[in-house]
Amino acid sequence: MNRVKNKLAPYLLVLPGGVWLLVFFAVPMVAMLSLSLQEGDIVNGYRFTGHWQTYTEAISAYDTQIIRSLIYGAIATIVLIVLAFPVAYWIAFYGGRRKPTYLFLVLLPFFVSFVLRTISWRQILTDEGPLISPLRSAGLVDQSFHILGTPFAVIAGLVYNFLPFMVLPIYVALERIDPRVVEAARDLYANPATTFRKVVFPLALPGVFAGVLMTFVPASSDYVNSEVLGSADTTMIGQVIQTQFLENSDYPTASALSFVLMLVLLIGVFTYARILGTEDVMKVAAR
Amino acid sequence: MTTPQHAPAIEFVGVNKNYLSHGETVPAVKRTDLAIAQGEFFSLLGPSGCGKTTTMRMIAGFEEPTAGKVMLDGRDVTGVAANKRDVNMVFQSYALFPHLNTYQNVAFGLERKKVAKNEIGRRVGEILEIVSLTGMEKRSPKEMSGGQQQRVALARALVNRPRALLLDEPLGALDLKLRQQMQIELKRIQREVGITFVYVTHDQGEALTMSDRIAVMNAGVIEQLGSPREIYERPASRFVAGFIGTSNIVDGHVERVEGGLALLSYTTQDRVVVPVGQSTRTGDKLEVSIRPEKIDLHRGVPPVTATGGSVLSGTVTEVVYHGTSTNYTVATAAGADFTVFDQNASNAEDLAVRGDRVYLTWAPQHSYLIGV
Repeated sequence: MNRVKNKLAPYLLVLPGGVWLLVFFAVPMVAMLSLSLQEGDIVNGYRFTGHWQTYTEAISAYDTQIIRSLIYGAIATIVLIVLAFPVAYWIAFYGGRRKPTYLFLVLLPFFVSFVLRTISWRQILTDEGPLISPLRSAGLVDQSFHILGTPFAVIAGLVYNFLPFMVLPIYVALERIDPRVVEAARDLYANPATTFRKVVFPLALPGVFAGVLMTFVPASSDYVNSEVLGSADTTMIGQVIQTQFLENSDYPTASALSFVLMLVLLIGVFTYARILGTEDVMKVAAR
Repeated sequence: MTTPQHAPAIEFVGVNKNYLSHGETVPAVKRTDLAIAQGEFFSLLGPSGCGKTTTMRMIAGFEEPTAGKVMLDGRDVTGVAANKRDVNMVFQSYALFPHLNTYQNVAFGLERKKVAKNEIGRRVGEILEIVSLTGMEKRSPKEMSGGQQQRVALARALVNRPRALLLDEPLGALDLKLRQQMQIELKRIQREVGITFVYVTHDQGEALTMSDRIAVMNAGVIEQLGSPREIYERPASRFVAGFIGTSNIVDGHVERVEGGLALLSYTTQDRVVVPVGQSTRTGDKLEVSIRPEKIDLHRGVPPVTATGGSVLSGTVTEVVYHGTSTNYTVATAAGADFTVFDQNASNAEDLAVRGDRVYLTWAPQHSYLIGV
């Protein structure tokens, strides 16, 4: 009797999460897949017709937004690495006893809603705001200079909102480095720059890898930053899907776009993981 | 200025090292002068927190002295960065580069020194042979046993042919058998390469078996510096006597001095005889240490031959069989508990059992005056 229980234990542990995923992830996915292959409208209802042309139509109609989203996501991710690495490095190696405090500060923005924070950025970046108007009246910038509505504002917003997701994994990877390994490099005639390039950075790469996964995917499919900080020229695919679903009620197109986005991101992530997700990458980086 | 011909490999001149802890200055190493000769196997021995690791880290360049000078080969290197000092270190728990394989780990230092590629290949191959790791070039550290990682760490440091090799408790993580094997191996390698070894350990047995000289440290101070035999046979302080092996320490007042020997008397038949210098006077209080293996244990009346030396009577309180020897604990008439090691050479049974009245005797030269 006991043995049977023991054998069942792992499955019982998986059960709550498994049921949750089934109900709230798998079922909606199937529903959406079916929806993307239906035809009709909101008044007369939708019927399943297997109309796969919705996909090709959606792609050719919104290819600009899809590509733009990927580019914004990629730029934001690169900027995130550049910004987050020094922060994580400083906390891991110079944080001392205050490390938990500094980590808390990195996470502090999470205590305010994502949308609210982005809206407050809008207040700062607006033409009449505390940043632009003094610059304009001081003649430091052109009267037509603006930030709001530009790709710069959208990418800056993405970077700001996803910064903790890049800092934390890099911090964890750096924190795990044995300080004696760093000393060993110094002992073996490596100056501080070489020590960083040959030892610290390669050993931090798993953290960078995890950080990229955690930021690129949500940044590419984000719909808030472009909505609040951008303009018609910065429309991202997330916004298009949202508009198709909630405003145009074009469920098949919205569903089809969702699947296209998911597929593109999955292919990207898997390729990335295949190339960079192994330990060999550390060896290559240490060359 | 020319470098003196026989400058010590490593020299400390009036070195002090303080740490700041919670706003308070804590001395880690106090006013230390030290000279380690070329090619010497030198051990820094002491309990944790005694300053031995700090001393080593000052040689490596990971810590700078608060005051004083550190010299390598007669050259002042105080303030010189670790990567510019011609010494290499074998770290506690090895600190191998986890992302590099054996070859890359060992070649790391030579690559930084811009040694030619084929020369690197030759020297790495050579040193891997010395540490018996030929064929392991492609292994990564986590695919190797503790003993093998230890050898990689050793090769990684030695391949650079440093002026001195610093070893920070390098065998601490190995099991007993492997540790003993590596002790012999280290000694052999040191003979082969002829480099000065500075060995930090808290294990007195390790220090005694391997070193040419030992510095015993306690609370930031070198309590005694000498050959293993000197330190073992002639401990300079109560701390050294207690830390190195087992010592019996007994104190008493001098009853009379005769022919360079002082007599401490406890009862009419219990006495300790100890060689002393000129300055000892009747009535002085002395502290004497005696090693447990120098003492003979007798049941009944002590034999006549031993009457010239020390005699203490007592009661056996503990008998512990150790295979090669049997250890007796005896509560003596001098007030101190004595430990006596008796080699199990020929006697098939124990000399005494718990509760037996016994006599402890030893020759005058085995009494050693400490703390003077």
